[in-house]
Amino acid sequence: MDLITVSGPPSSGKTSILLRTIEHFKQRGLHVGVVKFDCLFTDDDVYFAKLDIPVKKGLSGSLCPDHYFVSNIEEVVEWGNNQNLDILITESAGLCNRCSPYIKDIKAVCVIDNLSGINTPKKIGPMLKSADIVVITKGDIVSQAEREVFTMKVQSVNPKAIIMHVNGLSGQGAYELSTLIYDKDKHVATLEGEQLRYPMPSALCSYCLGETRIGKKHQVGNVRKIKLGDS
Amino acid sequence: MDKYTQEYTISQLLTEYPFVKDFLEDHLIPYRGKEHLTLDAFFKYLDPNIIEENAINPDLFTKSLVEYIDLMKQYFVSNKPKQTSITIYPGTHKDGRKESFDSIHIKSGEIIAIVGPTGSGKSRLLADIEWAANDDTPTGRTVHINGRALEPHERFSSSNKLVAQLSQNMNFVMDMTVEEFLDLHATSRLVKDKETIIQTIFNKANTLAGEAFTKDTPITELSGGQSRALMIADTAILSTSPIILIDEIENAGIDRKLALDLLVSEDKIVLMSTHDPILALMGDKRIVINNGGIDSIINSSEEERNILGKLEALDKTLMTLRQQLRYGKTIELKEEY
Repeated sequence: MDLITVSGPPSSGKTSILLRTIEHFKQRGLHVGVVKFDCLFTDDDVYFAKLDIPVKKGLSGSLCPDHYFVSNIEEVVEWGNNQNLDILITESAGLCNRCSPYIKDIKAVCVIDNLSGINTPKKIGPMLKSADIVVITKGDIVSQAEREVFTMKVQSVNPKAIIMHVNGLSGQGAYELSTLIYDKDKHVATLEGEQLRYPMPSALCSYCLGETRIGKKHQVGNVRKIKLGDS
Repeated sequence: MDKYTQEYTISQLLTEYPFVKDFLEDHLIPYRGKEHLTLDAFFKYLDPNIIEENAINPDLFTKSLVEYIDLMKQYFVSNKPKQTSITIYPGTHKDGRKESFDSIHIKSGEIIAIVGPTGSGKSRLLADIEWAANDDTPTGRTVHINGRALEPHERFSSSNKLVAQLSQNMNFVMDMTVEEFLDLHATSRLVKDKETIIQTIFNKANTLAGEAFTKDTPITELSGGQSRALMIADTAILSTSPIILIDEIENAGIDRKLALDLLVSEDKIVLMSTHDPILALMGDKRIVINNGGIDSIINSSEEERNILGKLEALDKTLMTLRQQLRYGKTIELKEEY
């Protein structure tokens, strides 16, 4: 079974792109499964289930979804192997733009959209910078020039990635993506001992542990203060 | 590891490759004041707190930088042939039947209309061309560019992207004026004579648009016709892609014949999916798609070209009536049509 990790900001079009891409995998007779990670709510599993493929969802609730992802990915891979999948795709929304769920030697796809603004590539951290393939969506509603400028901005933060334009509505580019992300000779039996490409941000302060009160005396652990200068 | 990070100081890098400045800034590298160091030395002494705070990965960064410099150097190489040709070899229809043509050859300056009912496979043909299909798409077609199949790295390269696209429902979303916008695009294309090019695009766009606009108009405030005019002029002149795909140019507020002439004069290949008789007849050929495959190729005949004259006259009448309405006149129609 090959494993593909897909991530990207909320509403960038990850699910639409995957639905289109999975249709092409199915036409080639490949057995695909999806695990969707989200924070509070998702009904994307319903859309995946409509394609008649095995799907699971994981809601992290009060936890950081990427921390939740990495604490569960080993079990998810085991599930995929038990389902006899050819391809297991995990989808997760990078919520603070700082974490990235990518694992060394596992294909990493980042989905971002043309509407998110030209400075967005700079704001997204390792999730974009360390992806192998960057899929840019919603190109049909912006001008050619904006697409070119946006592509350049992506390229300047991640020059080694393959940058693809896929239309989640018409499916244009999804076939090509399906040929790029799947490697039939890659077999991921277990992730035990494998490593994340980039460490999650360090965070362990009183608020991580459920503190709700505001004020210096309630703040312990890894606390950092904004620099406001002289007042 | 590499000469860029071991031998060059940061200031030497910046002098030799000015675009490195943006790269350092996009990666949130606090290099200012440390320009006398090499990047390797810089990272050795960089405060680990800053590394964590700015999510810097020195190893990944230096690797990316080397790739980026090599990549940007390609943009400066201008040995790309100005003339481009596409050759399409047959694949199959949805029902497995082989397409009945031997090959279709299209070269720079040609306008090809693609016609066929919705869902017939027009988009797939355009996608086959964009991807330079090599018997590896659902249609099994092969597309050669300049007489040969593309290498994998050429297919994925964003610096020589084959196809630029103009679609029906495109909008400007950036918050800037016409001039700022053109400047940004010209900068990203690394053109030398920015001022002249910006002026040329601006003038061209204004000849295409029904109503004039100024350089300090915010692009989001342009009318539909003005936006399309600016997009077409900008794509014709600044985009390096040799092939332009057009998904129906809407009638309102733009001189479509001038628009096509402009694209063709810049040596672009224009492929347009359209059911508008005027546009279709302006093409050199029509590719007819049905049931997932290419059914036939029609060369525009002399007779058809005669009809085109009449259609253009009709179209002109409609345009004039529009102008009259716009300026509050009453409408008169002469009976000669």
